[in-house]
This record gives sequence, structure tokens and C-alpha cells, in this order.
Amino acid sequence: MDKPHAVLTAPLALPLHSRTLPSMRVLAATLLIALLAAVPLLAQWAGQPYYLTLVSRMMVFALAALGLNLIVGFGGMASFGHALYIGVGAYAVGILSFHGITSGWAHLAVGLLAGAVLATVIGLVCLRVSGLAFIMITLAFAQMMYFVAVGLKQYGGDDGRALPARSQFGAIDLSNDAVFYYVIFAVLMATLFAFHRLLRARFGMVLQGCKANERRMRALGFGTVRARLVAYVISALVCVLAGMLLANLTLFVSPSYMQWAVSGDLIVMIVLGGVGTLFGPVVGAIVWLALEELLSSGGWGLPAAADELMKTHWLGVLGLLAIVVTVCMKQGLYGWLVEREEAKP
Amino acid sequence: MSASLLLAQALNGFQLGVLLFLLSAGLTLVLGIMNFVNLAHGSLFMMGAYFAAAAYGATQSFLLAGVAAIAGTLVLGVLLERVVLARLYERDHLYQVLGTFGAILVFNEVARYTWGQSPVFMNVPEALAGTIPLFGLAYPVYRLAIIAVGLVVGALLYLVIHRTRAGMLIRAGASDAQMLSALGVDTALVSGLVFAVGAALAGLAGLMAGPILTVQPGMGEPILILALVVLITGGIGSIRGAFYGALIVGIADTVGRAFLPGLLREVAERSFAQNAGPALASMLIYLLMAVVLAVRPAGLFPVKHG
Repeated sequence: MDKPHAVLTAPLALPLHSRTLPSMRVLAATLLIALLAAVPLLAQWAGQPYYLTLVSRMMVFALAALGLNLIVGFGGMASFGHALYIGVGAYAVGILSFHGITSGWAHLAVGLLAGAVLATVIGLVCLRVSGLAFIMITLAFAQMMYFVAVGLKQYGGDDGRALPARSQFGAIDLSNDAVFYYVIFAVLMATLFAFHRLLRARFGMVLQGCKANERRMRALGFGTVRARLVAYVISALVCVLAGMLLANLTLFVSPSYMQWAVSGDLIVMIVLGGVGTLFGPVVGAIVWLALEELLSSGGWGLPAAADELMKTHWLGVLGLLAIVVTVCMKQGLYGWLVEREEAKP
Repeated sequence: MSASLLLAQALNGFQLGVLLFLLSAGLTLVLGIMNFVNLAHGSLFMMGAYFAAAAYGATQSFLLAGVAAIAGTLVLGVLLERVVLARLYERDHLYQVLGTFGAILVFNEVARYTWGQSPVFMNVPEALAGTIPLFGLAYPVYRLAIIAVGLVVGALLYLVIHRTRAGMLIRAGASDAQMLSALGVDTALVSGLVFAVGAALAGLAGLMAGPILTVQPGMGEPILILALVVLITGGIGSIRGAFYGALIVGIADTVGRAFLPGLLREVAERSFAQNAGPALASMLIYLLMAVVLAVRPAGLFPVKHG
């Protein structure tokens, strides 16, 4: 997986192709973004407000997967515990709301601060190891925080607790579903743009260099541990943001946001979309959650017994899909487009 | 808090540790030798428990339940390895995590489809039912049986790995698989064999846990996480590390859960203690692991190569 190289050259090569015809990759990404922007209108037109919530949820997870991919895809650090930071964001909103603090700015400040402190401490411990041990220690930290959340009895403990209302941001009225949708959309787009710039900046180069050959980067005089720690904290903060949006979307906070299966889902999304591509996680999250929705809602027009079987055991079908994706797809859906483009002369 | 109560809890912790050892031993064999992270190991444990419960329910013979659990998971493990996992050996750990994560979902639904959503019960075999007096308290015989089985398996594993030709090949594979393959050894066979043994150990753990845990879909995941904590604490890839790590984690977890809330009530405010006690007890082993990792990244008993 020589992704760092691929990422560096692709944008430079782009204008040559795009002069005649926009590349498949750019076309697909643009189309998807345009579609996302149009969802509220389409939902209203179709009279299906449920789509608004569904796609909001997809974008929230796309944001989290995007954040995680910064360290998994570009930094070579496979964290299996990023659900932890989704939980931190959600509980920042939850706990403050329970105490009557409804200001969204306060939620944001507390969530990001708590996330930054936690990620720095956990990152310092986790970055002492790499590879397999890193996967497991990140998982263990997430479990630890999961039990903390279960232990928070006054905030619902195991069962979680409903929020009275969404965070309040002055003039921006999040209680309107369409407005909230566009806020999530804007956060996702802003993060995509920020990552696009970050990965091409010096810091991004150092990070990708660490993935390719950390020892060489150290020998060249780069502070590799610092670069990886900063990347870890940034990716954690993006997940904190996603957690805050998730809590606002569902109006509910529960330890299940931090379950290890959520971390697994995030990794599936990244691999499904394309590890180490900027836009891949967004594609992966949308496709994965769409599959989840399709499988669990049933009604496939199969013979009744098969339909029923699919509906009750959709998780197993999803698991089979995850295995097939893992075994058969090396670069993921969006990654395949990127790869194809690079294969061109 | 009496001395005999502490002793009983320590013994319970020892028993949990032995159970964890059965699970971690299989996991560490696969991890140490193939450098492969198999999250579905917990699912093999679950399937073992189901096989045992089903066979025991049908025949009322604990022996047959054991045969069903061990043979069943062995076959299942070999199938899983051949069909899915063998294709992922050469790939990044990320893909191994993902493939086995998918396998967990599949196994859980298979269990749910075959045995239903509600828990399946398995009784303690009659011969091991009652209790025996131990240091002034009645201790269940079955828990002692778990300890005995775990110790016997540990001793057998030690002998096989350190005293036989197969064990030598396993150790060689762990330190340098490429060299072993260059020497003309069929490494695919070695890894397949190791995986089968690991799966059978998970099945054995499932059999022994059947009567004392609830046999239900998803029962493999919490104990898998505990086994991973054991591996990190003990040192990845060493059976010795898995053994001591399992005992430390088992005892710390059980004793912590039994006494930490009470201890906290002595020193802290009542309302705070009531809330924080159980949470702190659940976190104890993770804290332990984080401290161990911060001080000794390779674990307490790292494997010695060469």
C-alpha cells in the first residue's frame, strides 16, 4: 500500500486529465457532495422527512471515519478505540445539558478541551507501542471509558439518558431538522477541506513519511513522535465533534456510543471506502450505513421466509459482507477509482 | 471483611484467571506465531459453550459435551482459518481486525439462528455438583475442577512446546517463520495446526464456562477483551506471559469487584463511593494494563527470542 506516494502525486496530475474530461474520481466525489447538499430538498419533495435523519446520521459517521482515517490511512496507526472520542463528545453535550447549560459554545469548548486532554494523555501511552499492541491498547482504553460511562449512574448509567433539547447556538436554530442537516454538512465539508490542506502541508508530509518509514524520518531529523501525537489528537477531536453532533441528532446519550463494535464499524467504513484516500471514508460510511438500513428494514421481494430471515439476522449478512470486502477489496470503493486513475499513463 | 471471604474471592479470581488462560493461550499461540490478530477467538469460545450445552442437554453426559465442544470448535476453527483467515496472513493487521470482526457478527447470528436469542442453560455435571469445605467455607467443586483442568492444560502445553519436536517447530515459527520455511518446513501446516489447537482450547474454555456463565449470543466479546488485556499485560506471544497475566488479571478483577466499593466507602464520601466504586472496579484491570504498558511496553513477561 504505497498510498502516501499516490496521494502526493494525484492532485498534481489532475489538471492534465481534467482539461479534457473531469476524472471519474473527481466526478464521483462532486456528484456525491451535490447529492448530499440536495437531500433536504429531495426529502421534502418525496415527503419522507426520515431521509433527513438517516443521511444526517450517515454524515456524522462519515465525519468520525474521516477523523480516524487521518491516523489509520495516513499515519499507519490502526486505532481500534476511536469510539471513545465519539463518547466524549456525546457526554460533553449530555452532562452539560443535564446541568442546565444549553449553550452550544460551552458544549463545544468543554467537549474539545476534554477530548484534547484525554487524547494527549492516552496518545502518549499508546504511541509507546505500535502495530498489534497499538490496536489492542487503544481498544482497552476505549473499554475503560465505556465502563466509566456505565458507572455514571446520575446520567443514566447503562441505559443512557435522553437530552431535553439540542445545543443552542444563538441565531442558528438546531431544532429545525433541515438547519441541523446543513450544519452537519458544513462541518463535514470544512473538515474535508482542512484535511485536504493539512495533508499537503509539511505536517501531512511528515505524517505520511512516518507511515512509510519512521526510522528514516527520525534519521532525517523530524520529531516523529510529536507529529504522530498531534495527528492522534486531531483525529480524536474530529471524532469528538462527530460525537457531539450524534448526541444532538439522536437527543440521547448512552455508553453504547463507545462500544467496541462502533470502533469496528468505523474501521469497516474506512476500508470499504478506501484506506488512505481523503474522500474514501465518506463513501464508506454512507455505503455501510445504507447497507445497514436496507438489510435491517427487509422487504427485498425475496420469498417470504428468506425475507424474514434476512430481516432478523441482518447483522450476520453485514458480517459476511465485511469479510468479503476485507478479502476481495484491497483498496476500497473510492480507492479503486483513485488507483485506476494512477494506472493511466 | 473476613479472611475466609478474601480467600474465597481470591480463589474465584484464580478460577477466572485459569479460564482466561485457556482462552489467552490459544490467542497468544496464533498471535505469537502467525502475528495474526484473531478477534473471532471469543466467538469460538461462544460456539464451544453452545456445542457443550447442546450435547449435554441431549445426552446428559459431560464427557460427550466435552467431545462436542472441543471437536466442534476444532473443525470450525480449521474451516475459519482455511476459508477466510489464511487469505489475510500477508495483509496489514487492519484487514485482520476487520475480517475477524465480520466473523464475530456472523457467528453471533449463527448462534442466534440455531439456538435462539434467549440464554441456553447447562447444568453442572452431577459428579462435580456439591461443595467441599475449604478453610472453613463451602467451596463449589466445579470451580475447583476448572482450576484443575486449566493447570493440567497449562502443564501439557508447557511440555508440548518445550519438550517435543512439534513444539520446537512452533517456537521456531514464532521467532522466524521465513527461516523455518526456508529449512523446508511446511509453515502453512504448522500455522494450521497451531490455529486448530488454539480453537480447541477456546472450545475447552467454552465447555468449562458453560455451567457458570450464561450461554447466549455475544458472550464471547467481553471475555475476548479480557483475554486481550491478559496478553498485553503478560507479554504478547509468550505462553508463560499468558499464564501469569491471566492469573493477575483474573484475581485483580474479582478481588477488585468484591472489595473495592467497600474499601472506597471507608475512605470517601458515601454518595461518591456508591457511584464510583463499581465503575472503578470495572476499570481496575484496564488501569493495570495501562500502567504496565507505560512502564514496560513489551509486557511483564516478554517472550525471549534466540
